[in-house]
Formats: sequence, C-alpha cells, structure tokens
Amino acid sequence: MASTQSTIRIVPTGHAKRARSELMRQRLRAAGWFLVPMLVALAIVAGWPLLRTIYFSFTNASLTNLYGAELIGFKNYLNWTVLKSGRVIWSGLLADPVWWNAVWNTVRFSVISVTLETILGTVVALVLNAEFKGRGIVRAAILIPWAIPTIVSARMWGWMLNDQFGIINDVLLMFGLIDHKIAWTASSDTAMIAVLIVDVWKTTPFMALLILAGLQMVPRDIYEAAAIDGVHPVKTFWRVTLPLVRPALMVAVIFRLLDAMRIFDLIYVLTPNSSQTKTISVLARENLIDFDKFAYGSAQSTMLFLIIALMTILYIWLGKVRFDGGDR
Amino acid sequence: MAAGLKLKQVKKAYGSVQVLHGIDLDIKSGEFVVFVGPSGCGKSTLLRLIAGLEDITEGTLEIGGTVVNTLPPSKRGIAMVFQSYALYPHMTVYENMAFGLKLAKALPGEQDKRVREAAEMLQITPYLDRLPKQLSGGQRQRVAIGRAIVRDPKVFLFDEPLSNLDAALRVATRLEIAKLHERMADTTMIYVTHDQVEAMTLADRIVVLNYGVVEQVGTPMELYHTPDNLFVARFIGSPAMNIVSATITSAGAPATVQPDTGNPVTVNADVAATYLDAKATFGVRPEDLTPTDGPGLFTGTVSIVEKLGEVTLVYLDTGLPDPITVKIDGDVDIAKGARLSVTAPADRLHLFDENGVAFPRMRLSRAAE
Ligand SMILES: Nc1ncnc2c1ncn2[C@@H]1O[C@H](COP(=O)(O)OP(=O)(O)OP(=O)(O)O)[C@@H](O)[C@H]1O
Ligand SMILES: [Mg+2]
Repeated sequence: MASTQSTIRIVPTGHAKRARSELMRQRLRAAGWFLVPMLVALAIVAGWPLLRTIYFSFTNASLTNLYGAELIGFKNYLNWTVLKSGRVIWSGLLADPVWWNAVWNTVRFSVISVTLETILGTVVALVLNAEFKGRGIVRAAILIPWAIPTIVSARMWGWMLNDQFGIINDVLLMFGLIDHKIAWTASSDTAMIAVLIVDVWKTTPFMALLILAGLQMVPRDIYEAAAIDGVHPVKTFWRVTLPLVRPALMVAVIFRLLDAMRIFDLIYVLTPNSSQTKTISVLARENLIDFDKFAYGSAQSTMLFLIIALMTILYIWLGKVRFDGGDR
Repeated sequence: MAAGLKLKQVKKAYGSVQVLHGIDLDIKSGEFVVFVGPSGCGKSTLLRLIAGLEDITEGTLEIGGTVVNTLPPSKRGIAMVFQSYALYPHMTVYENMAFGLKLAKALPGEQDKRVREAAEMLQITPYLDRLPKQLSGGQRQRVAIGRAIVRDPKVFLFDEPLSNLDAALRVATRLEIAKLHERMADTTMIYVTHDQVEAMTLADRIVVLNYGVVEQVGTPMELYHTPDNLFVARFIGSPAMNIVSATITSAGAPATVQPDTGNPVTVNADVAATYLDAKATFGVRPEDLTPTDGPGLFTGTVSIVEKLGEVTLVYLDTGLPDPITVKIDGDVDIAKGARLSVTAPADRLHLFDENGVAFPRMRLSRAAE
C-alpha cells in the first residue's frame, strides 16, 4: 500500500513560473543532501561487499589466494568437460546435488516456517487485539523470544532438545507420547522439525506484532456494524478483518520470507553438519571458509542474492497489480 | 413491523464509573425521539445499550414488548447509522448494503430488490458499483442509511449521523431524514445529536440528558415553552435564556420576585407560601424581550451589538454578573453605549426554585395579559 502512495511525480508545465522551478530545484537539492549520507553508508556496507562477492564468483579465488584470482567466467556456475569417450561431464553449481539439496532445504524451511508463523502470528495478534486485563504486559512478554539473540536461543533449545538431558524428551516420555528418547537435532528424521520448532517459537512474536499493527487500523465500529448486520464472528474474520489487514499481512509475510530464505545462525548452531537442514547460507559459508572454495561459495551467495532479489521484484509487481483499488 | 421501546431503570457503569444512572423511558412505536445533551452526558452510551453493542449493567430494556437485555444486536430488529459511517472499505456500495442480507441467506432476487429500492429512495443508484473511498461524505452517509434501511428494522438508531458533513449538506440530509421518517412511518427512530436545530426540527419528542440522567422528555415546544428545570431552560434555545437570581417577595399565583437589581417582577407561576423570601431564579428568553420606552424589566447600557441580518443581538450591561441578551427581529439601529430598556410579557417569564426546578406555570388565558 505504501508503494502506490509514495510516488510523487513532478509534472513540469509549460508556463511554470521561474520562481517556482527555482524553488523546486532548491527542494531537490536539499533532498539530495539528506540522502547522501545514507547512500554512502549503503554503498560501503552493502554495495561494495555485494559487488566483490559477485566479482569473486566469476574467478578461481581461494582463501589463500584472494588477490591473485583470475577470471574464469561462468565456470563456477556451470561447466562441462567432454571426455575422450564422448561422455559429457557437467560440473559447477547448477550441476551439484549438494547445492540443490540446500536449495530444497531452504525453500522447504521458508515455506513451512513462514506459513506456521503467519497462522500462529494471526491468532496471537487477534488475542492481543482483544481487550483484557494486563494486555500491555502480555504484549511486552510475547516479544521476549524475539528479543533473545538467536545464538542464545539456539543453544538453549539445543539443550532442551538434547536426547539425554533434554527436558522435552522427559516431558514427552512422562505423558507417554514417545517410548524412547529422541535425538531431535542429530537424527536425520527430526533435525528439520527441531529447526522449525525453534524458528516458529522465535519469530511468531514478530509476525504477531506486524499483524497486530494492521488489526489496530481496522476501526472498531466496522466490527459493530458487522455485529448489527448479524455476521457471525468467524465470517467477520474472513470477510471483513482479513481483507482489511491483507496489505499489512502481505508486508509481514514478505519480510519473513526474505528473512527465512537466508537463515543461517539458528541452523549453524542447532544442527551443524546435518544435510537435512543445510541451507544455502550454511552451505555458502562452508565453501567460503571450511572448504577453501572461496569462488564457489561466492557463486552460491550470488545465486541466493538473485533468488531473493527476484522474489522481491515479483512481490512488488504483484502487489501493485493487486492493490490498485483493492485497499482503502 | 412496528415496535415501541420501554426502558426501566437502565443503568450503565464502566468499572466503577457510573455513566447512566437509571433511565426510564417509554418510546411509542413509530415515534421519532431525539437524545440531546452536552458532550459526555451518555447519549451514545444509551443508544449503544439499545443497539446491544454494550451490556446493560442494571435495569430492563424492552423492544416490542420483549425484554432484549441479553439478545445480540442482530436479533433486536434494529439498524444503526454510525457517526463515522462504518462502511466496509473493501466492498462496493452494493455489497455494503447487501452484506447482511446475503449472510442471512435471503433469496438473491429479494436481496437485489431491497438493495435497489433503498438505493433508489436515497438516490445512490449511480454509485452502487463504487467503493466507499470513491464517494463524498454525504454520499457515504446515504449509503450508511441505505444499509440500515435494507435491514428493514423496527427501530432505526442514528448516532450523530450528520456531524461529519458541512453546513449545507447537513441541512439537506436533515430534510432527507425527515422525509425518510415520513415514508417509514411505522419505524421507530432514535436519533442522537448535540445540534439543537436537528433536535427541534426532527423530533416528535426530545429527551434531554445530563450526566447520565434524564432531565426532561417532551415535544420540542414543551421543552421550549415549559422547561422543567434550569438545565433544560438553558440548553434549549439559542442564544441561551437569560438567567437572573432573585428573591421571592410574594407567593401565590402570580408570584412576585425581586431581582438582585431592578424593579420587582410579576411571574405567571404558582408559588406555594412556604417559598416566601426564598432564593429563586427567573429566566427570560432573548427573543421574548422587546425594547420599551417605559420602565422595563431590565434597563442598562448596550455593550455589544451583533447584526445577523435577520436578527440583531444586543447585549445589555445591567449591573448583573452576566449581560442580558436581547434578540430583536430585523436589522435595527442601536448604538453601542446607548441606554436601553427591555420588557417581556409575564407569561414568557420562567421561575425556578433554589434547586433549579421550575415552579408550576399558572394557567391563564392569553387575553388576560
Ligand atoms: N468504554 C468506556 N469506558 C469508560 N468510560 C466510558 C467508556 N465509553 C464512554 N465512557 C464515558 O461515558 C460517558 C458518556 O459517554 P458517551 O459517549 O455516551 O457520551 P456522549 O453523550 O455520546 O458524548 P458526545 O456528544 O461527546 O458524543 C463519558 O463520560 C465517557 O467518558
Ligand atoms: Mg457520542
């Protein structure tokens, strides 16, 4: 919704007075000066590393030989050699099963976690939007998981999920839900589930707050009008509340989706070395540092950047089409 | 499809804050009743209790002979028009009006007919496909009224429906609502406003509220001519009634009072002998005062003259704490600083006791004056 409103177009008219265009020039100049510090900061902390990474992805750089690297074109992405027997051997990122496994893990993780967080976040937001005693305290308390640094919460959950000492196994055993202790983070069947549990626990509050902000924009008397119209509360949610918070919801979902696509810290700490949970970021770091394949890791990072950029562009484009006349 | 309302000792408290202190009201079927009162007196709260949007703390509310205290809003046979319109922003005008019917599973043909009839009545047919944000304030208000009409309510509730409109549109929409009431003669209408003109022109009966208490219920002319107490006397009429404190010097009917300054005044009120020498206040409306050559009711210096064209407002400094307001028809030439005496017929004087309660008026024939 912001995207449709924030465009200010200056239409020059033939008979515009000189004084007026001078004023406009002054304004543009002032605006420029305000923007410069931020543009410089962005260029240093985001632009330069990005360009370097993209550059390295086209070289044969290694950690030990960063500056003597030579350009090798797209070989890190895709390359083939024709053997004497006539067989073609493909190599490079796009032919690497480990890469595709990481892509699959990343997508699977993002879609499942964001879906769960959206649903739970909406439920939490609806509860927090209702009036009850101590609402302010609950609103603050619900943010705690989000405020704890990921490394800390990952370690904490790591212990809670531990197969020998973990409280979660204890509790589940006590209620008879499992018959033996499970190594949640180590077992290949449950590693992804463990990661999802922790991420949902950590990020649902953020979702809830974003959605709550949207819910608070819906005036109370619209609900009252619906009550007088005799609309069942569940119907009111689907037919009135949801359409009205959709713009806020979409923003929240896209934020979370982009964030989830580059998940690193949680997985790095909670389930290191599990191929079940290795995401693109984790894999890229492994190549950059551990395997001394700096260029290859750069190519993976660049691909991740492209995927995220593509999703953002797609979202903005879809958003524009959808919101024209759709919202208020 | 008609229903009267009966409120018995209706009370409302938010936590420890008592907002309504026992309201008794009897509203006849098909009546147009207006709630007026100063800001924060509980008009909206009372309306919302009737609508079922708020719980009644104590007392009973009957609509059409059944107690509806615990009935949800949709089952009370009411429709409400909100001050802020409260249209669904993501639905077209048509959908806004049809939403309730659709979910009540009305037949599609019936639905369409009712929406189109209401739209026709309110002249919003050309806008049926528009979204609320594409309408002007007045058009939105009519859509809100349309949505209420479609529900075919027994009781129509309005909460300051015109307060977001500009002056011209307010007059036009007021007339629309008057016409609507004529057309829907069976439908009881309850209307909240703090605009006196709306109250006087629309109401069959007016309910004056103050601090959660009913001060008086009556037809506009009853309230104007025979206010029950000082609050109503001052609240109805513009500019407000002149109030002068006095002492009762002779009881009986008529009684005589001695204002703090000036000559004794004879008032057409029936005052019991026990009130002799008691403090009282008497009031006279600015429009009842006329300039006179003789010794008038008040004599003083003109401090301010306001010319409105149709009337001239003169403020007289008589030595009393507040200036006396005089409303004279037309554009008259009175200079600031001039001496002026004004008088009023005895039957236009109002007398209130120390607690602000009006003394009973004496019955007298107009010829006697
Ligand atoms: N939810 C609430 N909690 C506590 N007090 C409330 C609540 N709603 C209203 N009140 C109080 O009840 C009183 C009456 O409010 P109400 O809205 O009925 O006034 P009103 O007569 O409609 O005034 P206005 O002309 O300004 O609309 C006010 O003093 C208000 O502060
Ligand atoms: Mg109000």
